Amino acid sequence: MATQIQRRISTHESVSVTLLLIVVALSYLVLFLGIPLFAVFVQALSKGWELYWKALQEPDAWSAIKLTLLTAAIAVPANLVFGVAAAWAIAKFEFKGKSLLITLIDLPFAVSPVVSGLVYVLLFGAQGWFGPWLQAHDIKLIFAVPGIVLATIFVTFPFIARELIPLMQAQGKEEEEAAVSLGASGWQTFWRVTLPNIKWGLLYGVILCNARAMGEFGAVSVVSGHIRGMTNTMPLHVEILYNEYNFVAAFAVASLLALLALVTLVVKSLVEWQAKRSGEPLHHGA
Amino acid sequence: MSQFRAHSVLPGFNLALGFTLLYLSLIVLIPLSALFVKSATLGLGGFWHVVTGDRVLASLRVTFFTSFVAAVINAFFGLIVAWVLVRYTFPGKRIVDALVDLPFALPTAVAGITLATLYAPNGWLGQYFTAHDIKVAYTPLGIVVALTFIGLPFVVRTVQPVLADVEAEVEEAAASLGAGRWDVFQRVIFPAIYPALLTGFALAFARAIGEYGSVIFIAGNMPYISEIAPLLIVAKLEQYDYAGATTIAVAMLLLSFALLLAINILQWWSSRRGTR
Repeated sequence: MATQIQRRISTHESVSVTLLLIVVALSYLVLFLGIPLFAVFVQALSKGWELYWKALQEPDAWSAIKLTLLTAAIAVPANLVFGVAAAWAIAKFEFKGKSLLITLIDLPFAVSPVVSGLVYVLLFGAQGWFGPWLQAHDIKLIFAVPGIVLATIFVTFPFIARELIPLMQAQGKEEEEAAVSLGASGWQTFWRVTLPNIKWGLLYGVILCNARAMGEFGAVSVVSGHIRGMTNTMPLHVEILYNEYNFVAAFAVASLLALLALVTLVVKSLVEWQAKRSGEPLHHGA
Repeated sequence: MSQFRAHSVLPGFNLALGFTLLYLSLIVLIPLSALFVKSATLGLGGFWHVVTGDRVLASLRVTFFTSFVAAVINAFFGLIVAWVLVRYTFPGKRIVDALVDLPFALPTAVAGITLATLYAPNGWLGQYFTAHDIKVAYTPLGIVVALTFIGLPFVVRTVQPVLADVEAEVEEAAASLGAGRWDVFQRVIFPAIYPALLTGFALAFARAIGEYGSVIFIAGNMPYISEIAPLLIVAKLEQYDYAGATTIAVAMLLLSFALLLAINILQWWSSRRGTR
């Protein structure tokens, strides 16, 4: 009896150690996550609801919101189509150079956001490779909306692909092969067999991709030119307001982005829960 | 074609791979190659001249040092958080677990202005540091705070699944052979999660090196003291010094690749030792 108790105790920490670890972990999370998140909303509402609403109704704030939505509306579907195509090729077929391809897809994550913007300036900027040609044809990519969209696509490039590739690899290709041998066409197989199997992984990737697309700062900042009402996304607008010491307005716009982050976290948790329930384990990536 | 890929009854390979390669080339590979071509026009001498400039060297030092410190902080506390989330139950645990991903979801500019406001000398948290004569915002310490925020989820998320997979039987066996709890952790559990911990550390480190948005608001951006390399790239770009900006970018990329390579080798070496 005595030895039994001793054994049970020795595979668990003592109560005091357990409590200490929980307190340390929670303090760390409260200090670095909880307080900042709370502070965004407190700062935004520090001068009352009226000023908060007024800040959000500014025309410049509105055009920033619209540009952010537009950017995400282009970048996310583009990377979604790419992610599905890449995952289909990589997970359903065997070919040479596959692991190199997977590495290359992850490349944008290894690059600083600032550098992600810089590469497009080098290509399309006034002194860039295609700069003179673009100028001769009166096309503006850098310091204009197309540059912002391109830079956003670059930084969110791997999100959906890296979610789908391991998921589809784990699922194998027997189901698709069965469908094809029963006479289904390629598209039928994809829509009726593959897509239902990967829907949660797909949604998971889309949510994370969207959050980054709407929140990207560094890359977009380099290519935007910061023209108020024209090429300012929400994060860039936050910067401008903050640097003008217009803190209420800065935090008002920031609070919208913080809300987006909270919605992202909630939907993400729901998707994880649903995926677990339907037996489609998700690949947990950064 | 038959040599290049194994036979399959499934259709769509050419279309899917063709599109993948085209999109990858247009969006990522060609733009990134522009970076290296541009820096090559400077020649090795020119490259060296820019990289060894005092201000550039100082910014690289600040970037890598603060990133390292933040990654170490995250490795230590991230391990504790992962441990607590896997092993213990407490009220609100699921919310806490979901909240860990906040730095992935919260735009960096929002994190930046919020942390700068909190840690300003008269801010909610800054005032306590001011009372002890410590300045956080507008110093390298502020950069560490921002980078700790940005890198927080990496270690937790890489260690969590591995820690959950550690078999209870092994721990029980060790305990029944007389090992104390700390011994079990040190000799049984830690070796199992060490590679994941290292991966999380490397990811947090790499992310911190490139980080821009959350840092610039809290850093104060004083040349030689609290100016990070990505900011110097932006500054050079604003002066239309494309070559200078590109050179710093390439130097940063090379340094981070060398670092990741070193960590990979360390990991490979430790996992080989572990299996013996």
